[in-house]
Amino acid sequence: MVATQTAKPVTVPGAEAVASAPGASRIRKLARAVLPGPAPGANGASLYRRWWLPWLWTAPAIVCAAVFGVFPFLNTLLLSFTNAKPLGGAASFVGFSNYTRMLGDSDFWLATRNSVLYAVIVVPLMVLLPLLLAVLVEKNLPGIGFFRSAFYTPVLASSVVVGLSWQWLLADDGLVNTWLEKAHLIRSAIPFLSDSWLILLSAMGLTLWKGLGWYMVFYLAALGNVPKELHEAASMDGAGAARRFWHITVPGVRQAMMLVGTLTGIGSLRVFTEIYMLGSSTGGPGGADRTLPFYIRDVGLDPITGNAGYGSAVSVALFVLTLGLTLLAQRLTKEDES
Amino acid sequence: MTTTAVRPKSRRLTPRWRDYGRPRELLVRYLLLLLVLGLTVGPLIWQLLASLKGTGEDVFGANASLLPHHPTLHAYREVFSQVPVVTYIRNSLIVVLLSVGSQLLFSTTAGYMLSKPAWKGRRAVWILLIASMMFPFESIMVSLFLSIRDLGLVDSVVGVWLPGFVGAINVLLMRGAFLAVPREIEDSGMLDGASEWQRFRYLYLPSAWGAIMVVTINTFISAWDDFLWPLIVLRSEDHMTLTLGLSRLQSSSFGYDQRVVMAGSVISVIPVLVLFVITQRWFYKGVSAGAVKL
Repeated sequence: MVATQTAKPVTVPGAEAVASAPGASRIRKLARAVLPGPAPGANGASLYRRWWLPWLWTAPAIVCAAVFGVFPFLNTLLLSFTNAKPLGGAASFVGFSNYTRMLGDSDFWLATRNSVLYAVIVVPLMVLLPLLLAVLVEKNLPGIGFFRSAFYTPVLASSVVVGLSWQWLLADDGLVNTWLEKAHLIRSAIPFLSDSWLILLSAMGLTLWKGLGWYMVFYLAALGNVPKELHEAASMDGAGAARRFWHITVPGVRQAMMLVGTLTGIGSLRVFTEIYMLGSSTGGPGGADRTLPFYIRDVGLDPITGNAGYGSAVSVALFVLTLGLTLLAQRLTKEDES
Repeated sequence: MTTTAVRPKSRRLTPRWRDYGRPRELLVRYLLLLLVLGLTVGPLIWQLLASLKGTGEDVFGANASLLPHHPTLHAYREVFSQVPVVTYIRNSLIVVLLSVGSQLLFSTTAGYMLSKPAWKGRRAVWILLIASMMFPFESIMVSLFLSIRDLGLVDSVVGVWLPGFVGAINVLLMRGAFLAVPREIEDSGMLDGASEWQRFRYLYLPSAWGAIMVVTINTFISAWDDFLWPLIVLRSEDHMTLTLGLSRLQSSSFGYDQRVVMAGSVISVIPVLVLFVITQRWFYKGVSAGAVKL
């Protein structure tokens, strides 16, 4: 095959694994003969004379996972039945009242709607746009490394910095409105940062813009596995770029697309900073743009009015939503494979 | 093969332009690349240019130009004199150094032990780590804050660092890297009578260099760019991290000069950008590693 094989730009860590050499088993046999005690790797037997050694090495990870991972979740479940205050003080059990309050709380439902809407709009775009971008930068052209790196830079900037920059771009007298007015496309400024719907859409745009580079690199790795011969055969048969994209590229990176969909879906439910930066610390006019994490912080962690019990109940709702989404994605992936 | 006849390639080592495809297709590709370049990097470049403008030049509005007419570092001097940026940077650096240090030390040791087959309880530890990754941070942050409060760490840099002092994802990543180390290395080490620590330090760590870089980079960026958790934990100006300080500049009623805020933003991007340029090839590996996050 004369076609130049593009070098895979991304390798998965650990891919450098060296296949075990033929002499390995002989060395192992020798080791077994020389060393006292059970053979390394024998089932269930401890290799270590000091049984606590492995526990010592893993202790920090165990503590962190237990104290700052699993315990907080169990504690959240427990707290959701109390009226604990974020800054301390007496707390008592209140039964299911936090949950009944939540079901009748229109602000909670608004936050849920915003979060779900976020996922519904962002996920399809985030699955597709970075893939198109990856196809664009896949071919090894002169200067392509520069473009790949440049497209990645928004990933590096913190959401706060990017949010500041967008705030000024989208302000009433900001760059976008000024240019649109100069081009006579609009008469008066578009209220990107004061209309609650436009704030939400702008925040979604920000999320997309910041995630493009990340998932582009992700897809580049997957594209390396799509056989080049298929593309060549198809173009010989006269298939255009669009048809080749839908019939060869998309099926070839299907698994990666499912994974990106799942990751961005979970990510959409976690959105906070974008809303905070574009919709100010209130989360849009009257809090109309608050997402679930935003709402949890407002009701659960406010030093004066906060109710950690109620905040925990909303946290449980967020967890259930995330879990539901993950299970749905798993199911879809399984159906897709079969 | 048939394709040979259809698409002859030059035998020269340095490719010519026509080797890359038809001129029209190439033109379209580069135009698209430039368009995306403007969309992705444009806002950041605009921020940089605006920070170089003098007080006499408009940043916004119909009269604002894109390029500064008289480039000046005035805004950078101002940001250091008006705002405690040095304090913010110091706090951010402390969080980053603590995080990178603890993540590296503990994720490598735990990942190493988990890659060893022969000890009881390994499976339980594994399940615990996986379980701890199931809960999104946002759904446990109320409880986390109460824990930090009980530990007396509210409004302290240590409180920002502590909940993430070693991430399960990084442990899994390191375990994968150690599993990929060939067995012969281990066996030769055993024969030489090396201790566990020596084997870890001299045989395994050097072989897992790539994964170590990935952990370092990911930790650095997430600690440097983090916003929600510092916002919850920190209260006083003296303890604020850079992202938190910047976000307050914008929302404060003082109405800071935009050039000054933009200068602050540029300053905050620089360390990550430098890290990116130095470690670019490991950066991309980190993205694929992120897939393990599920």
